[in-house]
Amino acid sequence: MGEACAVIGVGQTHYRSRRNDVSIAGLVREAALRALEDAGLTFKDIDAVVVGKAPDLFEGVMMPEAYLADALGARGKPMMRVHTAGSVGGSTALVAAGLVQGGVHDRVLVVAWEKQSESNATWALSTHPPLTPSLVVGAGGYFAPHIRAYMRRTGCPDHIGTLVAVKDRQNALKNPYAHLRIEGISREMVEATPMLWEPIRYLETCPSSDGAAAMVLASESAARQAPNPPAWVHGAAMRSEPIFFAGRDTVNPQAGKDCAADVYSQAGITDPRRDLDCAEVYVPFSWYEPMWLENLGFCGDGEGWKLTESGATALDGDIPWNASGGVLSSNPIGASGLIRFAEAAQQVRGLAGDHQVDGARRALGHAYGGGAQFYAMWVVGSARP
Amino acid sequence: MPRSNSLTADHSLAFPGGYTRSVGPVIGRFLTELRDGRLVGVRTAAGGVLFPPVEYDADGEPVTEEFVEVGPDCTVGTYAWVPRPRPDHPLDRPFAWALITPDGADTAMLHVLDLGVFDLGAKPPKTLRAGLRVRPKWRAERTGTIGDIECFRPGVTAINAPVRADYRLSAGQALSRFLGGIAEGRILGHRCGVCGKVYVPMKGMCPVDGVPTTEEVEVPGTGTVTTFAVNNIPDPRAPEVPFVSAYVLLDGADIAMVALVAGIPAGEVRMGMRVRAVWRPREEWGQTMANIRWFEPVDEPDVPFDEIKDYL
Repeated sequence: MGEACAVIGVGQTHYRSRRNDVSIAGLVREAALRALEDAGLTFKDIDAVVVGKAPDLFEGVMMPEAYLADALGARGKPMMRVHTAGSVGGSTALVAAGLVQGGVHDRVLVVAWEKQSESNATWALSTHPPLTPSLVVGAGGYFAPHIRAYMRRTGCPDHIGTLVAVKDRQNALKNPYAHLRIEGISREMVEATPMLWEPIRYLETCPSSDGAAAMVLASESAARQAPNPPAWVHGAAMRSEPIFFAGRDTVNPQAGKDCAADVYSQAGITDPRRDLDCAEVYVPFSWYEPMWLENLGFCGDGEGWKLTESGATALDGDIPWNASGGVLSSNPIGASGLIRFAEAAQQVRGLAGDHQVDGARRALGHAYGGGAQFYAMWVVGSARP
Repeated sequence: MPRSNSLTADHSLAFPGGYTRSVGPVIGRFLTELRDGRLVGVRTAAGGVLFPPVEYDADGEPVTEEFVEVGPDCTVGTYAWVPRPRPDHPLDRPFAWALITPDGADTAMLHVLDLGVFDLGAKPPKTLRAGLRVRPKWRAERTGTIGDIECFRPGVTAINAPVRADYRLSAGQALSRFLGGIAEGRILGHRCGVCGKVYVPMKGMCPVDGVPTTEEVEVPGTGTVTTFAVNNIPDPRAPEVPFVSAYVLLDGADIAMVALVAGIPAGEVRMGMRVRAVWRPREEWGQTMANIRWFEPVDEPDVPFDEIKDYL
C-alpha cells in the first residue's frame, strides 16, 4: 500500500437539476475551494491535480481537463484526467491516493463533476452506432434485465427496491447538499410512480444532477498539519471485467467480488458487516443495494434483500448504507463515485453533520461503472493504519 | 354591443401624417440620447434621477439641467405576461410588459420584455420575476422615439453549442462475416479453440481466453429468453413503447444477445420463454441485423430456470 494517505479536505457543491448560474469551470472551482478551506490550504499548497468525469459526450466538451487547469490552480503542476465510466469518481480518488501512497506528492487535489443539464445522459449512453444496433436505451435499459435476474434468482419479494428508494431519500433529507429532498417520501409514493424500465420504477432511479465534489489527499506529514481530523486510507482497490463474455455472472460480477476481497484484505477486514461502521455504495437503481450487499460480502448469496428488509442498512441499523442519501438522491454522474468516497471520509472524520453515523470509525466508499464492469473501492478510518 | 336592429358603420379618426409635437429641452435631450443609443435620466432639485426624464417632478418643481447616463443594465420590477398578443402589440408572440429601472435611476419605465420564443398561450416562464436583470435591444435605424428600444431582454446566461463528429465505421472481419451470414439468412458464430464456448455474433476473439477464434458455427434462429426489460421510455431510436428488450440465448450459443421480443403482450414475456427469429421478407434483406424484425414466442414449454441460471 506504500506511504500513508489521508483525506484532509472535502468540498461539495449543492446538487441540483440545473446550475445555470455557473460554467463548468465555476462549478468545479466551487467544490475545490470548499475542500481547500476544509484543509486550511490554498491552491498554492497543492502539488498535483487529478480530475475525473464521465463520458465527454455528456457535456460535449472534449478533454475538459485542458480547459479547467486555470480554474483548479493547476498551472505549472501535474494534472491528469481519469475516465472509468460511472465508477470514475472513485477511480479518480484512487489515482490521487496512489500519488500520495507512492511518495510522489504530499498534497493532491482531486475533483470530479458532471453538468448533466447540458445534454441528456440517456442520449449520450445510447448513441446507436450503425452495424451493431442496440435496443438498450440508457442505463436503466441496461440494468433492468439484470435486476429482474436478481429477483428471480433470490426469489425475493417485489417491494425490496421500494424500501431502498424510501430509505435513501429519507437520509437525503438530512443532507443539505442532496438534490432530491422529498418531504414525506413513502412506499406509496414510490409505488405510485410509473415503471420506466420494468422492473425499475421512476422513484427507484437516480436523478440527473449538476454538481462537483473535491477532496484534498495528503501524506502523513501533511495530514499532521491539517486543521480538521483526517480520514486515513486503509485500503484501495480497482478491478474491471469485460461487459460480455460467456459465463459472466452479470448479477454478481466477479470483478466486484475480487475488488472487495482486495480492499478488505488491505484493511484487515474479515467480516465487512461487523468490521465496518457504515458504507457509501454506488446504488443508482434501488435494487442495487441488495445486489451489492451480496457482491460486497455483507451477507451470503441470496441474502441481500433480507438485510435490506430487516432495516440493517438504515441510518439506525447496524450497518448504515448511504447515510448521505446516495446516488439515488444526487447524481452528477462523474462525481457520484467521488461523493461516495468523500462521504465515507466525512463519516470517519465525524463531520457528516445530521447524517453522521454515531461513532463511525471505519467506512467503505464504493463506485461501479459501465455494464457493472468497473469497480473502485476504498476503506477509510479515523485511526492511522 | 349595438342592438341587432341598429345600423353600424366603421370609422377611423387619424390626423393625416400624424401630429407634430414639440418635445421641449428635457424630453428632447432624452430622445436625442436614445437616437444615439444611450439611456439618460435627469437630476431633480432634490437630487434623485428621473427616468425617463420629465420636465417637472412630482413636487411640481422643474428638474435641473443635469442629465445622467443610466443603464444599460436594468432591473425588472412588476410585470404583466401577455400570452396572446393583440395585432397592434409590439411582438407577435408572448412577451411581458414590465416596469424597468435602469441602474442609476430612481424611477422605472414601462417597456417590452422579450424572454424568447414561446407558443401562443404559453404560461409565463420561470425566468420572469421581479429582480430579473435586463438590457435594451436597440434598433439598427434609430429616429429619436421610444421605439428606438425594440425591447428589453435578459443577459446571456447560456449558449447553444452544436457538436458533431462524422465517422466512417468499419465493421472489421468478424462482424462483416456475421452480417454477411445474416444477409443470407444464416446466424453465424465462433467456437473458442480453448474454452469451446460459442459466441454469437462472433468477435473474432474470445474475451475470456484472449485468443483469436476462427471455427465457424451456424446456429438456428430459435432460442430462449434469459431475462428482459419492459421499456416504457419513449426514444426516437427505439420502437414504440412499451417494448421488450430481451437477452435471447440462441440454441447452441453460450452467450445471450439483446433483441426485441414482440408478437406477445409485454406483460406476458417470461424468463425461460422459447422464441424464434422473425425475418423480414427476403427481398428486403441487406447486410444488417434489421433482417431479423424481432423474436416471437413459439409453442414450446418454458425452459426451467435451472437451465438458464448460468447465462444471467
